[in-house]
Amino acid sequence: MTEPAVTPALRPLEGLGRWATELVESLGRFGSFLAQALVALVTPPFKLWPLMGRIHYIGFRSLLIIALTGAFTGMVLGLQIFLTLSRFGSEAFLGPAVALSIIRELGPVLAALMVTGRAGSALTAELGIMRITEQIDALTVMALSPMRYLVAPSLLAGLITFPLMTALFDVIGIFGGYLVGVELLGLSEGTYFGEMQSFVDMGDVMTGFWKSVSFGIIVTWVCTYKGFHVARGAEGVAQATTQAVVLSSVLILVWDYFLGTVLP
Amino acid sequence: MIKVSRLRKAFNGQPVLNGIDLDVPDGSITIIIGRSGGGKSVLLKHLIGLMRPDSGRIEVNGVDLGGLRGRALDEVRKRYGVVFQSGALFDSMSCRDNVTFPLREKFRLTRTNINRRVDRALEQVGLAGIGDKYPEEVSGGMRKRVAIARALVTEPEIVFFDEPTTGLDPVLVNTIHRLILDLHRKLHFTAVMVSHEIPEIFEIADRVGMLHEGRIVELGPPAVVQGSTNPIVQRFIHGEPDEQV
Repeated sequence: MTEPAVTPALRPLEGLGRWATELVESLGRFGSFLAQALVALVTPPFKLWPLMGRIHYIGFRSLLIIALTGAFTGMVLGLQIFLTLSRFGSEAFLGPAVALSIIRELGPVLAALMVTGRAGSALTAELGIMRITEQIDALTVMALSPMRYLVAPSLLAGLITFPLMTALFDVIGIFGGYLVGVELLGLSEGTYFGEMQSFVDMGDVMTGFWKSVSFGIIVTWVCTYKGFHVARGAEGVAQATTQAVVLSSVLILVWDYFLGTVLP
Repeated sequence: MIKVSRLRKAFNGQPVLNGIDLDVPDGSITIIIGRSGGGKSVLLKHLIGLMRPDSGRIEVNGVDLGGLRGRALDEVRKRYGVVFQSGALFDSMSCRDNVTFPLREKFRLTRTNINRRVDRALEQVGLAGIGDKYPEEVSGGMRKRVAIARALVTEPEIVFFDEPTTGLDPVLVNTIHRLILDLHRKLHFTAVMVSHEIPEIFEIADRVGMLHEGRIVELGPPAVVQGSTNPIVQRFIHGEPDEQV
């Protein structure tokens, strides 16, 4: 049966309807992809070596960029917050201000953004190339689940490495603030770290931890999904990589705001 | 035995397979020929369960593939070996590891047993000394051989070849065809091949099927297809251009 012709006046409405249907469909595919990956993650046989490979790929190879961005973020914060606090004669609060900013907010967000740029994009490109060169199909017809071999290990590696990299970012960032505040601008070491101990509690650390865990899921989920569903050759890989980085980055910032309003 | 009945598939309303009927007897080499873009690879993807038909049935030893999902479909695929057009070798692994991979992951075998079977598979395709070279470090012909070794190392009942000689020179085309024929004689698998290597395929096929506009328009032994009175078949075999270009 053929569909009745749409009058020109109703065409924009038809276009809107089609867009909405496609959006809902793609959200469904996106959600079902995560569900399949989670099922593969918790059902045996568990694949240790692919997981170790992914931890190395996402975590270990991002260490340098995390250390660099952590150090300079801490140093910039140390400088700017010191200059601001000195106007009110409150330089003593430099330590807690730097630590709280980094632990609660900048550590998880910036670490996630950096890993998205370095490892997330590479993850999408790698899976995309595997898709267009039929390597994913080859796994499927060998009766070996690509979800178990390619996606689930990335997801678990994200869960493990993002909190660790955030912790590293936090430590190096706080040390960067120390270098500027204490070594360069003359604040006493005792004041910097002593006030920090008074103002930063476990709740702040846990806020940063939960953020990093959720960012780990978001980045690996988006990047593997985009890579897994690449079409149209090299151009498709380039497009998917860009989309993965942009979507991950936007979701990190939106989710960060949401978590910021929910977590203590 | 593979039996395809009234298989239909369309993409965005454009029919690609338009009621395919095909049967592949056990132990035979059946080769599907036809114009590029005519749906040969789409048909193959249906046979290996990578695509689902819009309608029709694909039976493998009496089991309808269309009704299978997940583990049930994997059980059927365990009897398959597939050689992809591009080879589809895992580029992060050495050639030897590519051949080892399905054995290591699908079967509980000792390391010695795995090594023995991998050595034998590589020897069968004439690559005993491939060592730890990566796919990007070997020639196109060697990559095809590694792909064949990977497909056969698990001793499958049915092997699918998707244009296994694409991009090779005529000498290598014949070498690969002869290799497939030799391996078929030794291992007795059922082979389904998609190809447009005319006339070479007539020397190795038990049956040839001509796919045209989504239908099998001729199916039978090579001599029957070569002697077909169907003008579409004759034009294709003799490489005659279409009348309206």
